[in-house]
Amino acid sequence: MKLTLRVWRQQNADADGAMSTYEVDGISSDMSFLEMLDTLNEELILKGEDPVAFDHDCREGICGACSLVINGDAHGPERTTTCQLHMRSFQDGDTIDVEPWRASAFPVIKDLVVDRTAFDRIIQAGGYITAPTGAAPEAHATAVPKPDADFAFEHAECIGCGACVAACPNGAAMLFTSAKVNHLNVLPQGAPERETRVLDMVAQMDEEGFGGCTLAGECATACPKGIPLVSITAMNKEWLRATRKVAKR
Amino acid sequence: MARTVWDSSVGKKTVMAVSGLIMLLYLVAHMIGNLKIFFGPGEFNHYAHWLRTVGEPFMHYEWTLWLIRVVLVVAVVAHAVSAYQLSRRGIKARPGKYVHKKARTSYATRTMRWGGIILGLFIVWHILDLTTGTVHSGGFQEGRPYQNVVDTFSTWYGNVIYIVAMLAVGLHVRHGFWSAAQTLGAGSRTRDRALKIVADVLALLLTAGFIAVPVGVMTKVVS
Repeated sequence: MKLTLRVWRQQNADADGAMSTYEVDGISSDMSFLEMLDTLNEELILKGEDPVAFDHDCREGICGACSLVINGDAHGPERTTTCQLHMRSFQDGDTIDVEPWRASAFPVIKDLVVDRTAFDRIIQAGGYITAPTGAAPEAHATAVPKPDADFAFEHAECIGCGACVAACPNGAAMLFTSAKVNHLNVLPQGAPERETRVLDMVAQMDEEGFGGCTLAGECATACPKGIPLVSITAMNKEWLRATRKVAKR
Repeated sequence: MARTVWDSSVGKKTVMAVSGLIMLLYLVAHMIGNLKIFFGPGEFNHYAHWLRTVGEPFMHYEWTLWLIRVVLVVAVVAHAVSAYQLSRRGIKARPGKYVHKKARTSYATRTMRWGGIILGLFIVWHILDLTTGTVHSGGFQEGRPYQNVVDTFSTWYGNVIYIVAMLAVGLHVRHGFWSAAQTLGAGSRTRDRALKIVADVLALLLTAGFIAVPVGVMTKVVS
């Protein structure tokens, strides 16, 4: 396959970025999108040019490191992570636009790499449980109803890649935050911090400069892990409940 | 608690949902009331007069009406201020546009902000036209709403402004009602379809019900 790539190049956080055009040849349809970019970078390095900086780690679709907006879609045209997107999703001769996540809470570090530590601070605000350390407790000691376990697991699938923010017209982090809140709030292990978790995580989300939700639904469409839009509804419910409860204390 | 709600983006959305539902409730009542115009000037004018005497003798003349007006003004202001602040927040959170643009989300969702502004301007015109009579065409007559409505819809611009605004109401309600349910935590997977149908039906009934009046005047059914 021969492709024309238009890639966002930006020297650093303060520099102005622009799209640069590159031609790549000899691309196999079995390559992943990242392997295609590796091919481009090898050529750039041989030519003595600066390779395109992009985030990647496991390349198995489970770590959440890769983060590219491909032809206007977070993680590209398939519902998966960029590393699991294969070149067979494109045609020979295609022009492909590659851009970084765009949100003021995710500033560009270089080229296609953005700073997603805002997500870490949201987790630090309440995305944990205060379990006693030591040997693992007996698994049957705390009963969890099957529907609750399924609900928690569905939300625990979030890999924190930030595609939801990238896709959201308001740069909102509601889907990410709701996945983390719902995952722990439904379980008995997360019960002691049920109220403070949702209040603190939402407050931190606002603090980081993410936008508000307009229920456009773009986040859930982009999510490679299929976190549903009703996840946000469930978090809103938790937030309202917590606000009422804390006010009574 | 009020502080927590107002300072949070989720809280402001709650304010929008509650104020929106109050306005929606009013719209349904308003639309049903409007339809009385098809039963002649007697019934319509009587209904308009009744609006001023509701609750008597417990309430004084026009007290109930003013109470409703105060609630509505509070709802409109709360809705608009929250919308403005949340829009500012959203625009600030997404300053750079993607080079590769895609048509995203439904038309109703995309037009919420502009639709809201259009509706705000419409409400001002609507009150100046048919409540105070300030910009009314053809001599506003206090206490004769039937004649006033016919006058307004006898002008081309009266019809255009009104019909455009009512289409905007439909679109706004279509996304707004469903959104309010999500914001208040009332949505769920099993209820999603039902909520969307209710939103569509409400939007359609409101738009059709309101537009029926200018269409009635234009086709001389009401004159």
